[in-house]
Amino acid sequence: MTAGTHEGTAKPGAETISVTFHDDKDGSEKTVQVPIGESLLEAAHANEIELEGACEGSLACSTCHVVVEDPGMYDKLPEPDDDENDMLDLAFGLTDTSRLGCQILASKELDGLRVRIPGATRNFAVDGYKPKPH
Amino acid sequence: MFLRSALAWHACFHRSFVRSQAPVGCLPHTVSFATAADAPLHFCVVGSGPAGFYATDRLLKRFGDAVRVTLLDRLPTPFGLVRSGVAPDHPDTKNVINHFGQWAQDPRVEFVGNVTVGRDVQLTDLRRFYNAVILSYGAESNRQLNVPGRELKGTLSAREFVWWYNGHPEYRHLPIDLSATHAVAICGLGNVAIDCARILLRCPDELAKTDIAEHALAQLRQSAVKEVHLIGRRGPVQAAFTPKELRELLTLPGLQVHIDPQMLQLSPVDELEVKSTRMKRRVLEIITKAASASPKGTTDRHLHLHFLRTPAGILGDEEGGVSGLRLEQNELQVGQTGLGQRAVGTGRFEELKADLVLESIGYRSVPLDGVPFDQDAGIVPNELGRVLGGSSGSQPYERGLYVSGWVKRGPTGIIGTNLVDAGITVECIVEDAMASALPTVPANDCGAQALVAAIQDHGKQVVSFADWQKIDAAEVERGKAVGKPREKFTDVDEMLAVCKEQ
Repeated sequence: MTAGTHEGTAKPGAETISVTFHDDKDGSEKTVQVPIGESLLEAAHANEIELEGACEGSLACSTCHVVVEDPGMYDKLPEPDDDENDMLDLAFGLTDTSRLGCQILASKELDGLRVRIPGATRNFAVDGYKPKPH
Repeated sequence: MFLRSALAWHACFHRSFVRSQAPVGCLPHTVSFATAADAPLHFCVVGSGPAGFYATDRLLKRFGDAVRVTLLDRLPTPFGLVRSGVAPDHPDTKNVINHFGQWAQDPRVEFVGNVTVGRDVQLTDLRRFYNAVILSYGAESNRQLNVPGRELKGTLSAREFVWWYNGHPEYRHLPIDLSATHAVAICGLGNVAIDCARILLRCPDELAKTDIAEHALAQLRQSAVKEVHLIGRRGPVQAAFTPKELRELLTLPGLQVHIDPQMLQLSPVDELEVKSTRMKRRVLEIITKAASASPKGTTDRHLHLHFLRTPAGILGDEEGGVSGLRLEQNELQVGQTGLGQRAVGTGRFEELKADLVLESIGYRSVPLDGVPFDQDAGIVPNELGRVLGGSSGSQPYERGLYVSGWVKRGPTGIIGTNLVDAGITVECIVEDAMASALPTVPANDCGAQALVAAIQDHGKQVVSFADWQKIDAAEVERGKAVGKPREKFTDVDEMLAVCKEQ
């Protein structure tokens, strides 16, 4: 399954769902309306959310890796196929609820979906550093 | 693709952070500087592969209007290993150059190709013209086997072979004759080794539809290669290749795959290793399936996977050519720390016939004059991307000098790894800029303008991104004539001539 092309903007009247992107890099969060059938990669680009898609949705990279925050929501997604798993294996910060943004297509039951864009945060960059108690 | 143990890198990555300094507050998306409007910061990125381009992108995003980036390449062509490393039959992996091309055309960015640092311009000049220099020149050499017989005709590195079939200008004349080559031994079990095996074993008609270099395609059409051996020191559980590349190779139409079923019997420690990552689990499934596949292939092309074998010597014939490879059988021993198992020789040897040996045991960066270099690790010593070894004595870093990509962390990971890696380097630059710890430059003699003027003073032709677009268009045009997405120029003078055309 490969993401097709789409204009990437919610047309007036088109059915949409609400998706929240949390960016680990700077802790920013953005909730956007995603038309049914559109991929999260397309939605991110249409809404100026920093989600790299180096191979343009052709399942040849893992740069649009996102982590589905709610395991219940993750279970609602169709299983990743071999091609997606191949790329996920190489993703930065892989978790049990990781998916590629280009392979998650907006559908009604995903309304309210929250995903995290893993990155090297300042917190991660000082992993192991424990602030002294006051 | 170049994915040598992404996970191993992951671990190093993690460790290097622990040494980091105390946390800083969350920085705003784009940093603003008081002097931004009239005096932007000038950055020079050396090397225009993925590490260089992702560093450029991060600089643009973090510094906004307050930045100018010069992106250098020693070749007239940008994109580094996306052009000369990624296999021709993996076109989707190369889609990333569409992004790179957009960034290169940003008004804040200047691509300057055909410039070698250390020859056409010195690093000291760059440091005079720029507030910071980011070295992202990758790994242009490779690790070598330490065995007798390396000097025999017919021993090459996999890197050279890859650059040959991908049309890198410096390797177009690689001494290779596939019409007289029957068996190839590839030492290494990473994805570069897999790429080499696949190119040698795949039907040339399929490669004819890719951007493979014409000289390589012509040889592959005449190829006499029937046997390819992939050789690894350790077992299938420890191999560095990844599922996609492995499956693609083992399922080539008609290929006869040979794997000793004994090698698939796992020790309890192996079992633990397999459980530790899902990638290893999936790799093992693919190997097991290939080992038990029946019926076997239908062509006369054979692939042999050899595990627990270390090359002990390259064997020669009377004419000084390669005739085979001597291997020592290994056992795995648990190391002193945790799970890691290492290969230990048993003193039992065997030989296999081969007339071409490809070393595929890792790329290696080359030192640059004036920059500290860690010979053991093969990288520029650094902390999160700040080059260590400041000459002033008062601080541990080289002021205004940074690294990104393979020259920073070693030759591992995939294209996307550089996205995260470059992000960390650029955060260091942001911190240093905010702490006024970047060198200053003369306002009227800095950046791309000063650099290009200095280079052209010596009569050197530089290549702009618009020039590259001429090369690109000409290559695509040449490709149309032969049913390929592009036919690369493999000669620098030819490229430079195209740039001069109106």
